[in-house]
Amino acid sequence: MSWLQKFLPSQIRTEGGSKKNVPEGLWAKCQGCGSVLYKAELERNQDVCPKCSHHMRIGGRKRLEHFLDPEPRVEIGESLSPVDRLKFKDSKRYKDRIVQSQKNTGEKDALIAMMGQVKGLPLVACAFEFRFMGGSMGSVVGEKFVRAVDYAIEHELPLICFSASGGARMQEALFSLMQMSKTSAALARMSEKGLPFISVLTDPTMGGVSASLAMLGDINIGEPNALIGFAGPRVIEQTVRETLPEGFQRSEFLLEKGAIDMIVDRREMRNKVASVLGILMGRASID
Amino acid sequence: MDLNFLDFEQPIAELEAKIEELRYVGNDSDVNIGEEITRLKSKSQSLTESIFSKLDSWQTAQLARHPQRPYTLDYIERIVTDFEELHGDRAYADDAAIVGGVGRIDGRPVMVIGQQKGRDTKEKVERNFGMPRPEGYRKALRLMEMAERFKLPVITFIDTPGAYPGVGAEERGQSEAIARNLFVLSKLKTPVICTVIGEGGSGGALAIGVGDRVMMLQYSTYSVISPEGCASILWKSAERAADAAEALGITSGRLKELGLIDRIIPEPLGGAHRDLDEIARNVKGAIIENLNHLDTLPLDQLLEERYQRLMSFGNFEE
Repeated sequence: MSWLQKFLPSQIRTEGGSKKNVPEGLWAKCQGCGSVLYKAELERNQDVCPKCSHHMRIGGRKRLEHFLDPEPRVEIGESLSPVDRLKFKDSKRYKDRIVQSQKNTGEKDALIAMMGQVKGLPLVACAFEFRFMGGSMGSVVGEKFVRAVDYAIEHELPLICFSASGGARMQEALFSLMQMSKTSAALARMSEKGLPFISVLTDPTMGGVSASLAMLGDINIGEPNALIGFAGPRVIEQTVRETLPEGFQRSEFLLEKGAIDMIVDRREMRNKVASVLGILMGRASID
Repeated sequence: MDLNFLDFEQPIAELEAKIEELRYVGNDSDVNIGEEITRLKSKSQSLTESIFSKLDSWQTAQLARHPQRPYTLDYIERIVTDFEELHGDRAYADDAAIVGGVGRIDGRPVMVIGQQKGRDTKEKVERNFGMPRPEGYRKALRLMEMAERFKLPVITFIDTPGAYPGVGAEERGQSEAIARNLFVLSKLKTPVICTVIGEGGSGGALAIGVGDRVMMLQYSTYSVISPEGCASILWKSAERAADAAEALGITSGRLKELGLIDRIIPEPLGGAHRDLDEIARNVKGAIIENLNHLDTLPLDQLLEERYQRLMSFGNFEE
């Protein structure tokens, strides 16, 4: 036992394993800088590395937890759950994939929607749960998103959506594709009512989600270093047969190319969104 | 005529070859083989009927991509009079993978937009195999908005493997270009009629596929992902494309059953490429019939029905 290990309390000491192993539960390793971080501290910091500011992926519910004021909160469309109309089966049954994902995430599907407030400004907020089948958009995600839009229209509230998705859900085949037009049509209706939609694109936002609701914000915000694009980097590499440049399809690249308005640090999101929405909604300054 | 037979059509190809041979022999001998030719021809016909009555999804996908399958410009040539092609997105380039322009169908002014594949190698490259880049979708958008201003119905022909997955396409905002079209089409103040004539490849197809009526040619396909792409992700092998095609339910029959499309346009025996004039007549008839109906709707109702149609797609419980 090295002097350092002796120094650590016994419950976080690794016994016998390789030095690289991080004890389950208490510590996390930053994929950005490799620092070993105390998990509780990391969570307080909204899963952003306190050392290098690397933004790790964060669950949808946890994200809304950080983003919204503690009160009030009303969940929208929480009872919606997926059905396997096509009896889709690849190496696994879609039905089983649903059950597995529901068990792993505690969510019924890959989108969570809530009415709430940010610094006292009422709004509707949605967040994708990437751990639910890669945040893929099927019928439930589409329907819940539309209900969030409808709620916003009915109560004259702005809408914000944090996307994290691999794209359309293949297991629902063409029904998934139709969620692209369904969500976009709802946003078109919202736009005609003069209500703002802010789209926050987080790591990763690809395919059918990026090619529909996520790119339709009145304001598009990227999280630092998020992968955002239509086609996946692997598909592009196979098509053009060359290696892609460093930073390709990252937020910073999209900002340079004019696809997003700004890049905002997760810890600054509440302030930034409250300020911008305050302006778009014609409210008096908060501070 | 060289019909370029697909694998599953080989028995038909063999019969047709035999008929050709007999004809050749018949020309320089006195033996009357006309009867034999007639017999073989009717055999070929019934064989084709039997093969085409039980096509599976993967075979249909091959027909939808048939090298001789009629493309958008083939239909425009046969259906649209006074056609004037309009070019460019006014910002970056003219994308030859999407063609569009004004013209008349049965005397009635319309805007026509469709993806266009190439016939020979040179044209295939020029048209990027029918895979549009953002400037193609933005050209389409410009034409849709123009159609709204001049109260022209929009007629679209869908035929693409998908939006192009390239570096430049990403740099110029492929996602945004597609998303914007979905957004604008959903509330465009003029009738929109979409017809899948070949491959309906995912978001790249949908970007000109949101309308009041969506029709499919009998042997066309429409899918969220190509069977090969789906197989390589979910089965970890592109060779399982046939399984993926079946699971995805990409055929007109299946999609009609599921309520995702409104109408199937029947193709001539053996596929659209066997008789271009016949398929063009069928397509034209279906378009006119729908146009006549949509014309009777007040604008508010047209838009409300389009919206409700889009909202109705999906399966869930609560």
